[in-house]
Amino acid sequence: MPDPILELRDVKTHFPIQRGFFIKRQAGVVKAVDGVTLSLQRGEVLGLVGESGCGKSTLARTIMQLVPTTGGTVVLEGKNLASGSAAEVRRTRRDMQMVFQDPYASLNPRMTVFATLAEPLIVHRVCPRAEVTARVIRLMETVGLAPRFMQKYPHEFSGGQRQRIAIARALALEPKVIIADEPVSALDVSIQAQILNLLAELGRRMNLSLVFIAHDLSVVKHISDRIAVMYLGRIVELGPAADVIERPRHPYTRALVSAIPTPNPDVERTRQRIVLAGDPPSPIDPPAGCAFHPRCPHAREICQAAVPPLMPDSPAREVACVRLAEI
Amino acid sequence: MPLLTVNDLRTYFHTRSGVYRAVDGVSFTLERGETLGIVGESGSGKSVTCYSIMGLVPQPPGRIESGTAIFDGVDLLHCTPREARAIRGKRVAMIFQDSMTSLNPYLRISEQLIEPLLIHEKIPRAAALKAGLAMLEAVGINDAARRIHYYPHEFSGGMRQRVMIAMALITKPELLIADEPTTALDVTVQAQILELIRTMQRDLGMAVILVTHDLGVVSGLCDRVQVMYAGRIVETADTRALFYAPKHPYTRALQRSIPSTQAKGTELFTIPGMPPDLAKPIAGCAFAPRCSFTVDHCRDTNPPLTECGPGHFQACLRVQAGEI
Repeated sequence: MPDPILELRDVKTHFPIQRGFFIKRQAGVVKAVDGVTLSLQRGEVLGLVGESGCGKSTLARTIMQLVPTTGGTVVLEGKNLASGSAAEVRRTRRDMQMVFQDPYASLNPRMTVFATLAEPLIVHRVCPRAEVTARVIRLMETVGLAPRFMQKYPHEFSGGQRQRIAIARALALEPKVIIADEPVSALDVSIQAQILNLLAELGRRMNLSLVFIAHDLSVVKHISDRIAVMYLGRIVELGPAADVIERPRHPYTRALVSAIPTPNPDVERTRQRIVLAGDPPSPIDPPAGCAFHPRCPHAREICQAAVPPLMPDSPAREVACVRLAEI
Repeated sequence: MPLLTVNDLRTYFHTRSGVYRAVDGVSFTLERGETLGIVGESGSGKSVTCYSIMGLVPQPPGRIESGTAIFDGVDLLHCTPREARAIRGKRVAMIFQDSMTSLNPYLRISEQLIEPLLIHEKIPRAAALKAGLAMLEAVGINDAARRIHYYPHEFSGGMRQRVMIAMALITKPELLIADEPTTALDVTVQAQILELIRTMQRDLGMAVILVTHDLGVVSGLCDRVQVMYAGRIVETADTRALFYAPKHPYTRALQRSIPSTQAKGTELFTIPGMPPDLAKPIAGCAFAPRCSFTVDHCRDTNPPLTECGPGHFQACLRVQAGEI
C-alpha cells in the first residue's frame, strides 16, 4: 500500500532573465524545473541524479519552498506548500530539512556546535530551555560526534565531521523528510563511506524519508531505493535503484551509466563507452521536443516533434523516450 | 634512462602551527610515454609532489628540504631559473583541476593559448595563432576559428578544461602533469576529457602523471599506479597488479570503501579514524592508527618501500614479514 509523504505534481520553477538597466524588460526565461511529477514514500530513499545544470538542486529548493514555485503543487502530508501562506510554510518546514553539499559554507563559522544545534530548538520552541543542552548532547551522539566538542567552532573540524554537524542540525527538529543535496561530493572516499552509512542508518532508525541528490551514480545506487534521472528540468527515467543502473532504458541514462569509470582495469579497457558529444543544452533555449535529441545517438525526426511524456515501461519503471520500443 | 627520476623528495611547509610534512621522502621514476597514476586522499601529498617538480611550491612557507628530480639529465629542483624556464611550460606542462581559476579571465583564449609558443619557440604571432587554432581543433572545440577570440567565461567547464589541455600541449611536451583534471566535471564530460588525454598521449608519445583520488579514473588510463598516504608512497605497482592483488592494508581498505564494489544495501566498509596530523612527526607507519593489522613495531619503525613482486613495491612491515 503506497503511503506517500511528499508528492510533487507537475512542478515548474522558472526564473525570468531581465535585460536592461533603467528600463527592465524580460528577455527570456530559464526553465530550471519544467514539469516534475514525483512521490516520496514514507521511509523511502529517493536518489536524484543528473549533470550540473539539469535542475536537481533547484528541485530541492523548490520542495523546501526556498524559491517560488511557478506552477504545480508540492504536497507534504496532504498540505499544499506551493499555495500555502508564509506562516504555514514556516510551520511545515519543521518537517523538512536540508543538508547541503559544502559543510565549509553551510555552517556559520562564528557559531559553536552548541549554538548551531541549539538554534532550531529555541526558534521552534521544541523543548524548554533547560532541556536544550541535553537535546544537543543527544543529537551529537546520534551522528557520532563526542559531546565534549560542543564548544568548538566549525573550522576546528574536518570535512566529514562538519558534515556530521550539518546532519545533526537537520535532525534537530525531528523532521519527516530530509533533502540531502550532494552531501558527500566534497568528501574523500573513506569519509564518504562513513557519511553514507550514517545517513542510511538514521533513515532506518528514525523512519526518515530521504531525497538524496548526487551526480555520482555508484553512490546513489548504493543508498537509494528508487532513482530518478533528470535532464534539463525534466525526469527522463524513474525506477528501482539497482534496476535503473544495471538495465538503463533511456538513451541518456545509458550514456550516464557507461561514463562511470569502474575501479577494474580489465573491464575499463575493454568496454564500449557511449561518449556523448557536446555539453548539455542551455535551459534558456531548450531544443524542441525531447531535450536530449541533439546528443542522442538514436534520435530521429519524431523526437523533435513533442516532449515525450514519462510512460510506464516495466512494473515500477517509467521512461520518457518515444523510440523506447525500437532501441 | 628514465625520463624523470624523483629521489627522496621532501617538501615541508613552515607554518606558525608547526612544520607540516606534506611530502616526506617520495621516490619514483617515469619512463618516456608511460602513464603514472598518483592516488590518495586530500592531504596525502599527491598535488604537492607535482607542484614541487614544477617549481610551483610557494617558498616561504614551503621549502624543499631534500631530494632531486632529474628530468632528462637536469635536476629541476636545483638548476638555475634559466634552465628551469627552458623546460617548464615547454617540455613539461601541467593542467589543473579548476579551469576557471587557472585561466586568466582578462585575456582572450587566443592570447593565453599562444603565449607558450611566443616565449619558447619565438615564432611570429601569425604562425603561433595558426598553430593555436589547429590545437583547439585537435582538442575538439567546434567552430574554433571564432571561439579562439572568446574570453574564458564564455566557455563551459568542459570546454575550458579542453582549452587548458590545448594550452599545455601546444609546445608538444614530453611530460604532462594532470592534477585532478576531471574532478570538477560531470561524468559524461569526464569521459570526454579522459578520452582526449588518451588520444593526445598516443599522438604525441608523451608521458603523463595523473593525480586523482578516483580509483576508477586511474584504472582505465594508467600503466602504473602509486598510492600515497600522509606524504609517503605506501604502494606502487602495475595497474592490474594494484587492482587485483593489492598488498598494503591502506590500498586494500581504499579499494573496499568504493561504493560500486560493494553489495547494495549492506553497510559500506569504512576506514576508522582520520588521516594523521602532518604537523606532528610520525615515528612508525603513518597508517598504523587506522590499520586493522597493526602490531607494536608498526608504531615505532618507519616501513621502507620494498619490492614484493616484479615492479610491485609496498611499505608494510607485516606484509614484508609475510604475516598478512
